[in-house]
Amino acid sequence: MDANLIRNFSIIAHIDHGKSTLADRLLEFTGALSAREMQDQVLDQMDLEKERGITIKAQAVRLMYKAKDEQIYQLNLIDTPGHVDFTYEVSRSLAACEGALLVVDAAQGIEAQTLANVYLALEHDLEIVPVINKIDLPSAEPEKVRKEIEDVIGLDASDAVLASAKSGIGIEAVLEAIVAKVPPPKGLEEAPLKALIFDSLYDSYKGVIIYVRVMDGRIKPGMKIKMMATEKIFEVTEVGYFRPTMTKIDELTAGQVGFVVAAIKNVKDTRVGDTVTDAQNPTPEPLPGYKQVTPMVYCGLYPIDSADYDDLRDALDKLRLNDASLIFEPETSVALGFGFRCGFLGLLHMEVIQERLEREFDLALITTAPNVIYKVYKTNGEMVDVDNPSKLPVVQEIDRIEEPYVKATVIVPNDFVGAIMELSQEKRGVFKNMNYLDEKRVMIIYELPLSEIIFDYFDHLKSRTKGYASLDYELIGYQASKLVKLDIMLNAEPVDALAIIVHRDKAQHRGRILCEKLKEIIPRQMFEIPIQASIGTKVIARETVKAMRKNVLAKCYGGDISRKRKLLEKQKEGKKRMKQVGSVEIPQEAFMAVLKVD
Amino acid sequence: MHIPFCVQKCLYCDFPSYPLAHLAASYIEALARETELYRELKVGITSVYIGGGTPTCLTLDELERLLAMLHRSFDIVKDAEFTVEANPGTVTAEKLKVLLRGGVNRLSFGVQALQEELLTKLGRLHGVKDVYTSYTLAREAGFANINLDLMSGLPEQTPDQWRETLGKAIDLQPEHISAYSLKVEEGTPFAEQERAGTLLLPDEDTNASMFVSTAHMLTAAGYKHYEISNYAKPGCQSLHNLRYWHNESYIGIGASAWTYWEGCRRGNKADVERYIEDMYLGRSVVAEQERPDTGQAMAETMMLGLRLIAGVNRVEFRNRYAVDILDIYQAQIEKMQKLNLLEVSDQAVRLTNKGLLLGNEVFAEFV
Repeated sequence: MDANLIRNFSIIAHIDHGKSTLADRLLEFTGALSAREMQDQVLDQMDLEKERGITIKAQAVRLMYKAKDEQIYQLNLIDTPGHVDFTYEVSRSLAACEGALLVVDAAQGIEAQTLANVYLALEHDLEIVPVINKIDLPSAEPEKVRKEIEDVIGLDASDAVLASAKSGIGIEAVLEAIVAKVPPPKGLEEAPLKALIFDSLYDSYKGVIIYVRVMDGRIKPGMKIKMMATEKIFEVTEVGYFRPTMTKIDELTAGQVGFVVAAIKNVKDTRVGDTVTDAQNPTPEPLPGYKQVTPMVYCGLYPIDSADYDDLRDALDKLRLNDASLIFEPETSVALGFGFRCGFLGLLHMEVIQERLEREFDLALITTAPNVIYKVYKTNGEMVDVDNPSKLPVVQEIDRIEEPYVKATVIVPNDFVGAIMELSQEKRGVFKNMNYLDEKRVMIIYELPLSEIIFDYFDHLKSRTKGYASLDYELIGYQASKLVKLDIMLNAEPVDALAIIVHRDKAQHRGRILCEKLKEIIPRQMFEIPIQASIGTKVIARETVKAMRKNVLAKCYGGDISRKRKLLEKQKEGKKRMKQVGSVEIPQEAFMAVLKVD
Repeated sequence: MHIPFCVQKCLYCDFPSYPLAHLAASYIEALARETELYRELKVGITSVYIGGGTPTCLTLDELERLLAMLHRSFDIVKDAEFTVEANPGTVTAEKLKVLLRGGVNRLSFGVQALQEELLTKLGRLHGVKDVYTSYTLAREAGFANINLDLMSGLPEQTPDQWRETLGKAIDLQPEHISAYSLKVEEGTPFAEQERAGTLLLPDEDTNASMFVSTAHMLTAAGYKHYEISNYAKPGCQSLHNLRYWHNESYIGIGASAWTYWEGCRRGNKADVERYIEDMYLGRSVVAEQERPDTGQAMAETMMLGLRLIAGVNRVEFRNRYAVDILDIYQAQIEKMQKLNLLEVSDQAVRLTNKGLLLGNEVFAEFV
């Protein structure tokens, strides 16, 4: 294949700005799928992705397009996630491309995450092709958005494509723009193989399937390949591309994107970001690769039934095959028994993993409230990373505690500037900057503790701005804060899995609300259950769950027996989904209650 | 035997019931056909219960046919307990005479409450006055065994109102009182109101105290508390219902009626039109059935028997299942004893007073 006829591109867009629909239209237009095969949002394959309307895993698909110059081009679309949690995956995808479509909603304008992803693309030296989407909406203001792209990002948007993916307007123009503006890949077919692994997938029949972008050389079945970081050698059994179904071909050559199967059993042997080369004729230098990803949010995951511990470990192992950003290690909790402390890119990532464990592996889980990693400097000069509030050293040993801070960028209509400032102050934010994007939209920058963002900053941001605000954030480092550990006791027993680390000025309030919330969540039991919140030995709030007084079926006659028996069996099942801590039965959601307080 | 017709459905009722209409005649014909199936049965019937719905909303003719078919197909023993459910306001002297002549010797009135405002909220058609009129008619006709159904835990019902209901019921001196606590069932208008937050039910503690005052007042008035929701004057316990609680066999006839016969439980189709059609076409009317194995049968014996104040008789349990109740349910019984919900005597395993209020917690251990 003549590399001059290849275009590798991604699509950058804010959630709901129409990325998936545009991808579907491109597939449809180029005949990668017949209309009959067409299912909405083909690229979002996981059920979860479709339900939530988000993209989690990068996907790659090849389109063959006969352009107006009568040439047939091979267009490789590498899909990217749009959520801030998955910035890392975006970066991976972008490294495999020469260009990116920047899709902006004609009615909404640029959002914070779009901005962040565009900057990422520019860092990778990608050619950006602006597409103004949804131009047929009554509220569309394409000219305003065009100006915004120019003013805010500094891109020339004079030839931005005007499109409506939903109505099929401008699809051909998008394809022509890709051909005209995205540069063809540079690379030498005759040089030793050098290919970037930008994703991997575990298949129970084929083993690990790696997604590669071939930079130099060629890769074909029978060839021995070497993973440069792990130094493992495998024999290639299959190469191909996605259309979007897996399609086998003879070889992948410089500039192309596709998959490689090589009987790889262990996903640890294929690090995403690693360089694949020819074992017999290796390239001297690997590609730069990716930064190791650092989880920002941690929580405990425990099986409700301790017998499921091994299943949970196996399930986490399997998920990790496709998600290098998930990290976990075993931990024990007095209350919850054996489980895992898991690190995630963010809250959405955490929820996605949790839901996949429950749905795909049918596990009943308890998730503890998420927290950040604290750096605790002890009086003896030692520094410890604390990823679990119950592991915080005793007060006497602590010199100071530092917590991660982020630079948060919020884009919002100017009516809500006051609301954003008020919220950010409440959340211990420090104002940094404010810019008008146009006469109506404002970009505000704050420095905030990450813990406040994962607590409820985003929920409030959305509710206080009627959903208009968009948020992006990046870690900027650690700062000392006056933090304390808030313990929760049920029936006079401390429950380690309910402990949280909180700013001293907020502890009283948080403790009171948490006790109230737990009172609502914990059902009445055979005896009265006191709920107490304390700092050290000082109780700062208390509530009581009264003892159950009455629970009995009033009637049970001849026609009721089977039904009532089944009802009782169901109640019993419901109880099994609760966690017995000491003598108290605690519902799953109690451990997340801390997130649900206002 | 189930008569699934009512003049109007109450707001809390999840029983299959239909407005009385043209269906009644063909339904009774279907009942006759199902009854006919038992013609060859060689077993004496010791109790009959015609429930609803509202059996007494049928016409004189229909009632006569109903009773005749039962006597034609079944060997109903002399002195069998024979109950018909009635709603206040639906009985007349003529109907009562027909019932008595047909062997009915017990009436069960759905009184529910004795305050007009509460009856209205329940969607009942009768008023307080109808209760007295119907009750007097029944006594005058010669019924010597009458039950009144009462309900506590009603929307906006106060404990005082409940005690007033109990007091007025006691004044009537029925032989039997069933005092139920309202349970909001799925699919009823009450369930919708509850979701909408417009159903103001007494809280758990108030319900519990109503349960306790029921036991106090009725016991003091000479009624024996013999089942979680049932009270009777000496010798007047419902023999028919005791069969259910002793987990004994019974035959059910009609739409949605259940049968427990020769170890098999089966439920008829609930849809009246389907029931009629299938019966006419000679098809099976059974909608679901199961044959409990010994383990499940024992569990059901516990779930039902523990409803009785006397509890589950240890000797009878051993005779029936050839195991000692304390062996087979050792763990469950000990756990419940520790919580002071169950007690064990030489004769029986039974709920404690505390256990009566928390029966589900105990039953769930056994199922």
